[in-house]
Amino acid sequence: MPEVLKAPLVVEFPFTRSLGPVQSAFLTGLRERVVLGVRTGDGRTLVPPVEYDPVTAEEIHDLVPVAPTGTVTTWAWNHAPRRGQPLATPFAWVLVRLDGADTALLHALDAPGPDAVRTGMRVRIRWAAERVGAITDIACFEPHTGEPEPPGGGLDALAHDPVTGIVAPARLDYTYSPGRAQSAYIAGLSARRTVGERCPSCRKVYVPPRGACPTCGVPTAERVEVGPRGTVTTFCIVNIKAKNLDIEVPYVYAHIALDGADLALHGRIGGIPYDQVRMGLRVEPVWTEGARHPDHYRPTGEPDADYDVYKELL
Amino acid sequence: MTREEPPGRRDVAVVAFAQTDVARTTDELSEVEMLMPVLHSVLERTGLKTADIDFTCSGSSDYLAGRAFSFTLALDGVGAWPPISESHVEMDGAWALYEAWTKLLTGDADTALVYSYGKSSPGSLRDVLTRQLDPYYVAPLWPDSVALAALQAQALIDAGDTDEPALAAIGARSRRTATLNSHAQLRGSVPQGDYAVRPLRTGDCPPVGDGAAAVVLAAGERARELCSRPAWIRGVDHRVEAHSLGVRDLTDSPSTRLAAQRAGAFDRPVDTAELHAPFSSQEVVLRKALRLDDSVRVNLSGGALAANPVMAAGLIRIGEAAARIHRGDSDRALAHATSGPCLQQNLVAVLEGEPR
Ligand SMILES: [Zn+2]
Repeated sequence: MPEVLKAPLVVEFPFTRSLGPVQSAFLTGLRERVVLGVRTGDGRTLVPPVEYDPVTAEEIHDLVPVAPTGTVTTWAWNHAPRRGQPLATPFAWVLVRLDGADTALLHALDAPGPDAVRTGMRVRIRWAAERVGAITDIACFEPHTGEPEPPGGGLDALAHDPVTGIVAPARLDYTYSPGRAQSAYIAGLSARRTVGERCPSCRKVYVPPRGACPTCGVPTAERVEVGPRGTVTTFCIVNIKAKNLDIEVPYVYAHIALDGADLALHGRIGGIPYDQVRMGLRVEPVWTEGARHPDHYRPTGEPDADYDVYKELL
Repeated sequence: MTREEPPGRRDVAVVAFAQTDVARTTDELSEVEMLMPVLHSVLERTGLKTADIDFTCSGSSDYLAGRAFSFTLALDGVGAWPPISESHVEMDGAWALYEAWTKLLTGDADTALVYSYGKSSPGSLRDVLTRQLDPYYVAPLWPDSVALAALQAQALIDAGDTDEPALAAIGARSRRTATLNSHAQLRGSVPQGDYAVRPLRTGDCPPVGDGAAAVVLAAGERARELCSRPAWIRGVDHRVEAHSLGVRDLTDSPSTRLAAQRAGAFDRPVDTAELHAPFSSQEVVLRKALRLDDSVRVNLSGGALAANPVMAAGLIRIGEAAARIHRGDSDRALAHATSGPCLQQNLVAVLEGEPR
């Protein structure tokens, strides 16, 4: 069994989201140290506020300020904070019903240890030093002994410069492993060989192999070396330069049926003016030092392949 | 109260079930390589070829793989050329089964292949699952799946519905019964362990693992041809609750109860229940919502505390329930699947075997 190939795969995306009127008011409020709830038709106050009553589905928009103090309704002690969580030191996750609200908000509670936390305890918002109009404007909650505090006063500021959107960055880290068939393919490339797999049922050779015949739905296991030469089955001329791509336009991007393969793979055609590339052109790979795959394919100088030879591979 | 049945509704049954062994990592296999033996196994049980299947439906998640449209690669395993009738849900395969069941009810298809798979090993599952949360108020705080379940567990303890020893007993019972399930990831005696997120200990949490499952559905006489004792689907229903955790009563699952009622679960007692409760505390909630007493055999497979391949674990519950009917070990079984934090979405299926 060959060594399992692995490589880090980082997926990062900054989701840009627009806000409806209720979410906009709520996040603008947080920026001004005011917590807004929304009143339902039957008089309950939902915090955090939503645009539709979760019970009746009625549209709701009657915003009311609630207190920055509240009561823990349930909690969980997190002794090992993870990346992105509100506090880097051990803390309690809490659901907090703010004074004046009928529902609870999820956030973190800064407390010295689990023995200092209980359901029913009183807490108060600790505001972030810099606030931008996001749920993280609440840095966390902290224990509070004393009377409920009045709602914050900055209501006037809410009308000006409302927050209309958020950017929610996300990052997930993976260790990618390509599996048996593609590992063999990649291992072959490191020796500048192209290895496909033959279907035991229809006898077609797939390259790059993925471990299954998409026609027969059976595993493919028999390895077959294909190429290095092949035939251009179809192509297009790329006229727009892609970001971060160090190739001058126009260039030709083609499907290439390597000799012995029953599926065309794709690659760039070089060594010939772009307007002279044609279906049936015979090509061979050009490797550059240290590369993991052919840099491009160039004409071999052989006569063009007959259409009938490759028409099934289009 | 009797439920209204549409006139002439077709009977649809689960006629075959197969699953992989669930393992902590399967990094020597791609998704399709992991899936294909299961697809072949489930078809072999019926004698069907891929070309005989009228409808194919799958469940999986791009977030587990970290790649867009990852399910399209798995289609190589079902022989998607010449073209087939196919659909996909970005959910547990139990919801793919629901879609296939409705397709068969319409009469558009007589047979369906339903499969689902999840490889959790490439990423950090606790972090990956945060991306299914409300993106405005919750996801920016990155509360992981164990933390959210722990909030629910504490609410149950505060309400007097359970305590830590009772939760530990649920985990221990699950892994004990899983000794009879060769596919399970954790079997036999497993230490209850330290707190993962208090009050949940590692023994209250599901193992993280990779796995796949598949079932074949068939309608009417076709089901009888393919299986000596089909597991007839008497009803399936799924319900969702408000996504804001602070709006919900975390000690109850009204969506499960409603889905069970609509699926006909309360019309007559069941003898078997397969519950998708990834955390021990969630079994407490589900037993209450489903009014299961000690006369019902719950999670003889070991359940999700013994093996929880994300996106397949719910379909496996339906498959395990059906397999017990196929073998004659059950006459009327309930299967439950969940998705989302703290039992947000719940699906209930009721399966029956004909009198022997
Ligand atoms: Zn084939």
